Amino acid sequence: MQILELYVFVLAAFVGYMVISKVPALLHTPLMAATNAISGISLVGSLIAAGAQHNRVATILGFIAVVCATSNIVGGFLITDRMLKMFKRDEKKPS
Amino acid sequence: MRDALIQGSYLVASVLFILGLRGLTRPDRARVGMQLAAVGMVFAVAGTLLNHTIIDYRWIVAGLVIGVIIGYPLGMKVPMTAMPQRIALALTLSAAAAALVGIAEYYTDIHAGMPPERGKMLALAFEVMLGSLTVGGTLVAAGKLQEWLPSKPMTFAGQNVVNAVVFLGVLALAGYTIVDPTQAWAFYTMIGVAMVFGVTLVLPIGGADMPVVVALLNSYSGLASCAMGFALGNVILIISGSLDGASGFILSILMSKAMNRSFTNVLFGAFGSETTAAAGKSAEGLTVRSIGVEDAAIQLAYASLVIVIPGYGMAVAQAQHAVRELSELIEQRGGEVKFAVHPVAGRMPGHMNVLLAEANVPYDKLFDMDEINGEFDRADVALVIGANDVVNPAARNDKSSPIYGMPILNADHAKSVIVLKRGMSAGFAGIENELFYDRKTSMLFGDAKASLTGLVAEIKNV
Repeated sequence: MQILELYVFVLAAFVGYMVISKVPALLHTPLMAATNAISGISLVGSLIAAGAQHNRVATILGFIAVVCATSNIVGGFLITDRMLKMFKRDEKKPS
Repeated sequence: MRDALIQGSYLVASVLFILGLRGLTRPDRARVGMQLAAVGMVFAVAGTLLNHTIIDYRWIVAGLVIGVIIGYPLGMKVPMTAMPQRIALALTLSAAAAALVGIAEYYTDIHAGMPPERGKMLALAFEVMLGSLTVGGTLVAAGKLQEWLPSKPMTFAGQNVVNAVVFLGVLALAGYTIVDPTQAWAFYTMIGVAMVFGVTLVLPIGGADMPVVVALLNSYSGLASCAMGFALGNVILIISGSLDGASGFILSILMSKAMNRSFTNVLFGAFGSETTAAAGKSAEGLTVRSIGVEDAAIQLAYASLVIVIPGYGMAVAQAQHAVRELSELIEQRGGEVKFAVHPVAGRMPGHMNVLLAEANVPYDKLFDMDEINGEFDRADVALVIGANDVVNPAARNDKSSPIYGMPILNADHAKSVIVLKRGMSAGFAGIENELFYDRKTSMLFGDAKASLTGLVAEIKNV
């Protein structure tokens, strides 16, 4: 394990903490949907497993993983957008 | 050159993901932010496809196509009320992907006669353990939220002992594979045992505690992706996984705080079972004052400030649109309407806000507990719709109550309180609510949607 990767992990977790702790309670459900969509990034690992032709088992497990991750990405981003579209300001009141 | 392109696309993706999440700090910028994040995802995937170890694209294309076919209805067809179980299921998928990739990686190494070295094995064990655990846990959570499984806590004597034994079993198996990566049986057994642990961990947790559990499992699935990144030496996985993990972690802390309970208490306390049955004040000798739709309508029609407190009951009765209609009517008559949303109202963090937004309630009328609690003293009517424990004054003044210490909405500070409720059953936590017996409180019994529709019709006549 590279020490550089540990750096990346700690710094990313720190940035994540700083940014996400500022998300208002109003948007906590969209936040969860959004991080679900982003967690579809495991597609990156799945693609390699499915396409590297190491052996039949890895290919099939990778294929299932590609299905899972892709449906998370597609479903996650769509549902987040669907939710965020609904949040509207009061048009009567200027602000 | 190819490698630089891959790394470059990962860098762009990481930045766009963080910008996307930053967009979520403001409702008016959130949509654009998430569109940026989606573009980031395209970069990440395109970059990965350039990877020179990928030599056969047939399975990849098939997987992508099937994924899109499954993902589209998951994104566009699921109703907003079903969001909690939808999110739980998405966590299952993301954890399953992480676990499967870990298993494939381990199998490939063992199969080639080159067992993973210690550091990689550590990452793989974590990845597969957290992934399997999350799959088991989220499936049970989704089942409970969809009410395929009883949402009451499922407990039996010695449950915590059994859980502890299973958990130690998982750790022992994981530890053994790390010490000796050639022991494939231990690795594969760990997958099953970790999944069982996920199941037994969530079974005793009641529906009201689901927000905490779902958030916690969210952070586990993020950490599983992180571990995948360590195992494969892939930075974008580490970055996105830690963003996901941080989000789940923050949310579960916020939710626990809003219930004044520690993590351990949520996970091992089995709320609403033996402890709560004995404690709490009994309602004997107290009377409730019931009110008709006409009288309630008059109170609301002449109120200058009405604070609506929505709870899960509102979602169950599908009464969001009727609430919005009522609030618009009161505003047309010159009154002011605000919505007070408790952090744990509903079955997941922020669930109420989404349901109200869907019913076209503008978000500048939705207030957090801290923002609104000072305003109840000024309110003429606090209108409680299907909420119970989050307005129970016992949390403030009854030390024997199981919810003592939980921050609540100060509905009892309003000049009068109208509670829309189906009947006199206790709340989700099974605790009597003193507010319902208060002199200021009138109960409007019946289905919330029917009552609200009735109120709208009556106010029009006032």
